[in-house]
Amino acid sequence: MIGRRGWVSLTSVAATLLLWFVLTTATGLVSPGRFPSPTEFWQSLNQIATRGYAGAELANHAFHSVRLVVLGFLVAIATGVPLGLWMGWSRRAEAAINPIFLIIRPIPPLAWIPLAILWLGLGDAAKIMVIWFAAFVPAVINAFAGVRNIDRPIIEAARMLGTPRWRLVSEVIAPAASPMIFTGLRLSLQAAWTTLVAAELVGALVGIGFVLNMAQQDIYPGMILAGMVTVGILGWATTLLLGLAERRALAWNVAGRD
Amino acid sequence: MSHAPLRLGEKLAWGLLGLAGFIGLWTLLSVSGIVPRQFLPSPLDVLMRTLQLSSTPFAGATLPQHLASSLQRYALGVLLAAGIGVPLGLLMGWFRLLDDIVTPLFDGLRFIAPIAWVPFAALWFGTGIGGPVLIIFAGAFPPCLINAYRGARFVEPRLIEAARMLGTGHLRMILEILLPAATPSIVAGLRVSAGLGWQSLVGAELIVAAAGVGFMMVQAQANVATPTVMAGMAAIGIVGMLIDILLRQGEAWLRRRRGLEA
Repeated sequence: MIGRRGWVSLTSVAATLLLWFVLTTATGLVSPGRFPSPTEFWQSLNQIATRGYAGAELANHAFHSVRLVVLGFLVAIATGVPLGLWMGWSRRAEAAINPIFLIIRPIPPLAWIPLAILWLGLGDAAKIMVIWFAAFVPAVINAFAGVRNIDRPIIEAARMLGTPRWRLVSEVIAPAASPMIFTGLRLSLQAAWTTLVAAELVGALVGIGFVLNMAQQDIYPGMILAGMVTVGILGWATTLLLGLAERRALAWNVAGRD
Repeated sequence: MSHAPLRLGEKLAWGLLGLAGFIGLWTLLSVSGIVPRQFLPSPLDVLMRTLQLSSTPFAGATLPQHLASSLQRYALGVLLAAGIGVPLGLLMGWFRLLDDIVTPLFDGLRFIAPIAWVPFAALWFGTGIGGPVLIIFAGAFPPCLINAYRGARFVEPRLIEAARMLGTGHLRMILEILLPAATPSIVAGLRVSAGLGWQSLVGAELIVAAAGVGFMMVQAQANVATPTVMAGMAAIGIVGMLIDILLRQGEAWLRRRRGLEA
């Protein structure tokens, strides 16, 4: 059953689509050079999906972009989460590493793009570097905060039972910090997508950002919109997957369930 | 955790050790030539270049001039985002119908990274001021709206009922009940917006601009002028940090003032 709320929402989306049609196709108030009509959008989407645009088909561009995001994201998790856990665990590590963080953190990930291109060129390596950078910071901060927020008695109880160090980390600290860690990973994933699109816009030979770039140069509004919608769908889908992984990993955490 | 909090002296010592290690490693890699100095200038090179850029122009302007044009766009974009996002969020928090209308559209747009608006920004505005402003707006708008909305939705129901019983109209309800009650949430949202807006600005200037710090960095990248790229990063980092500090101060000031009034 769709409630009143659902009907209003549906009507709202339908009205927006209708408005789009009226402004572009029916009245021509918005010229096709500025924003595409629904038909143009559909044709562009069709073109890139079947015949390809900017050197490849949509699936190839999308696959390439998703691969880079996933790679950069995984490298960020593999480096950021352990570092955050360590900083949370050891006051000395925190004291030594925090000042370095204070210097690097205010620089937005996007500002690393020119340097990454200088160092690694226009290929995949530069993109993975900036994505890693973007996703790294939230991963570290949240893992750190996750450890610091663990109730002391839990750790003391485990210690009293003579739990060895590595089991303490793998079976007590990491699980207890994992809700916070996942919060960080969500932020990381979002940052990874933003950074990828920006990096591909600045320089790339394949990928969704490159499609956007070519469409901009060709003054092809239909394709620009097709690229933007693809970026949105990919971002949404990867966030959904992360949510599923979170629910799996945190199934034990009753408080975390919706 | 494993240790009790460190004493201040010990903390400082470890901090200095960490910083010295970081700067030492950087200098060593650069000066020894393990990484070609052209690609990794030493910290001192970057500092000198930053100072030099404050008087010698690069890419058509000095660093302070680039910063000034960046800040101008930034202020415009963030003010627009706050000026539209906060009132809309409050209205959505009060009128359920508006909430149901706007939320699905907003949720759909939110997954598109702000930077993906660049091609349309270029198409609509060229390299003028409008393009970067649009992208800053796209980055800074969501937290403004979401926080104002949440703040307004979670006002204590008793307050609203009391005001309603006294016959308060819609306008006064929003301005005199929802707005003050939602202020902490709104201010927190503005801080997030300011950060995201700054980040979007950098992205926008890398692609659609003819002035500004991001533009300067892209030009430096094309000329393989690594010290200039790093000087740009330093400038962006410092200004971003100053903006955050300023907003934190504002937030603290507001909290103190409200504390006195309550």
